[in-house]
Amino acid sequence: MRVDVVLRVVTKLLLPFILLFGLYVQFHGEIGPGGGFQAGVIVGACIILYAIMFGLDRAMRVLSVTAVEKMISLGVLLYLGTGFAGMVMGGEFLNYSVLQHDPVHGQHLGITLIELGVLVTVAGTMVAIFYAFAGRGR
Amino acid sequence: MTGEGLTLAQQLPALQIVLPLTGAALCALIDRRNVGWAIATLVSFAMPVISVMLLIQVLTTGPVSYAFGGWEPPYGIEYRVDVINGFLLVLISLMGAVVMPYARRSVASEIAENKQAWFYCVYLLCLAGLLGMAITGDAFNAFVFMEVSSLSMYVLIALGNDRRALVAAYQYLILGTIGATFYVIGVGLLFAMTGTLNFVDMAERIVAVEQTRPVLAALAFITVGMCLKLALFPLHVWLPNAYTGAPSVATVFIASTATKVAVYLLLRYYYSIFGAAFVFDDLPVTPILLILSLAGMFVASAVAIFQSNIKRMLAYSSVAQIGYITLGMAEATRLGLTGSIVHLFNHAMMKGALFMVMGCIAYRIGNCRLNNMAGIGRRMPVTMAAFVIAGLSLIGVPGTVGFISKWYLALAAFENGWWWLAFLIMGSSFLAVIYIGRVIEMAWFREPTGPAAEATEPPLSMLIPTWILAGACIVFGLDAEMTAGVAAQAADALFAGLR
Repeated sequence: MRVDVVLRVVTKLLLPFILLFGLYVQFHGEIGPGGGFQAGVIVGACIILYAIMFGLDRAMRVLSVTAVEKMISLGVLLYLGTGFAGMVMGGEFLNYSVLQHDPVHGQHLGITLIELGVLVTVAGTMVAIFYAFAGRGR
Repeated sequence: MTGEGLTLAQQLPALQIVLPLTGAALCALIDRRNVGWAIATLVSFAMPVISVMLLIQVLTTGPVSYAFGGWEPPYGIEYRVDVINGFLLVLISLMGAVVMPYARRSVASEIAENKQAWFYCVYLLCLAGLLGMAITGDAFNAFVFMEVSSLSMYVLIALGNDRRALVAAYQYLILGTIGATFYVIGVGLLFAMTGTLNFVDMAERIVAVEQTRPVLAALAFITVGMCLKLALFPLHVWLPNAYTGAPSVATVFIASTATKVAVYLLLRYYYSIFGAAFVFDDLPVTPILLILSLAGMFVASAVAIFQSNIKRMLAYSSVAQIGYITLGMAEATRLGLTGSIVHLFNHAMMKGALFMVMGCIAYRIGNCRLNNMAGIGRRMPVTMAAFVIAGLSLIGVPGTVGFISKWYLALAAFENGWWWLAFLIMGSSFLAVIYIGRVIEMAWFREPTGPAAEATEPPLSMLIPTWILAGACIVFGLDAEMTAGVAAQAADALFAGLR
């Protein structure tokens, strides 16, 4: 598949920065605008851009349909696992304060973990929806 | 933060919701139909254990409260179990536990192999959503769970092997979304007026703003939204198609739980938040509900008589039965409410049994058309005997659960001095005699012909759950101490209010 050279080069240059920006939104989300959902959309958009530029087959070699489906449930399980950890440590479900020796660190860790779960699920879902539509009629 | 060293018993309200959610994620992750079924069954069996323990806890020590994430109510999300939603949790989780052993063979025969693991995933999500709607003490959280359960229900319906199932799911999607939107508009108005989303807190704060226009609008929006979800007569159009198109297992589960949870939420708003005096004395809710319930009882029953697909006939009968439940609400007395709440349970038992019989027949002859069922009672006598028992229960024959509900509803009618209503309740039972009688006549009094001639009894894994529900129709019909007793306590609790 031949694509215009400018588009190809610019896309390749942009991809790592898009991913990095996704991670920035992810980790900054705790203290500023952003969070797992927005970051997940950005990471998903990165894969989708790659697929638009280089074709669905190459994108699916990077991230297969199975992998995308697993991502959706793994993210949810990470979120739930964080909740259960709170329960095991003697608090309520999703009580992050008990995760570490003091509540502030606990909340910090808990939010980071559940937002990571959201990122994985949202990115997986975005790509899955794209694959489902782009793969129609194949 | 209160969360130092909670015992397992104190964690039960969270486990009730989180276990099915985790099960759903695992089903999707592993994506093997047998593993999916095993996970779903394990979780479904754990659910009634948890809900019964919760109900016992509530009956002995009063309402149970759980501060989700350790954030104190009313600021955080509170899970609050009292007699009425404890009763409902038991109902939903029992139905889930009865349906799952039945599901294995039925799902294997009706759903494409690569979609079966997803079916169990979506079923568990639906279970979590319905249980969540019942258990939560937070108005917006209830909306979130309503969406979880509705979205998974659309998928469950669309998994039906009939192409019409897709249209039915789409129709339900549109109407269900309108219902949920109306509900959330109502919640938004209440939030604007009271500044809280916690049910208990809202019940206290609403007193000061009760007669204002936004609160009246909120009541109207929530009423219409929930009536769409519970399929009150003119808003029922999504229900017959959805129940007909869905896979048998999904129909059994949805028909016996989904509309019940919507009824619960409406009761919660009417009695606990707005207050019975405001809703039923100051506003004309009683005549509106009364007329619509009666219309549903008669029109839907009459339409049921002319159906050729028995699943569809039973779906119309469900609309009529919802009429009985809302009729008890409209009577707005302790007896009427008891009848209404006990009918939630009783209707789940009998409609569950009837749809399970239809699932057994679909398993053997591939569809539920009446003219394919000629003489099927002679080939599948055990299955069709369950149909007769549950059918008699639907009619309201003494000794079955249907009689108990109608008895309370009629008593409440006499108590209000509406003797004509008692006759109308009897009258609509005669319509049930006709549509159930049609099936019994066809199944038992004809020579077996066509596909029915080769039919045999379904596997035991399907027959036993069917008979558990049919047996429950008799057991709780002869001894209504437990169901009606808890329902009466729930009615008392509703009248006492949250304030």
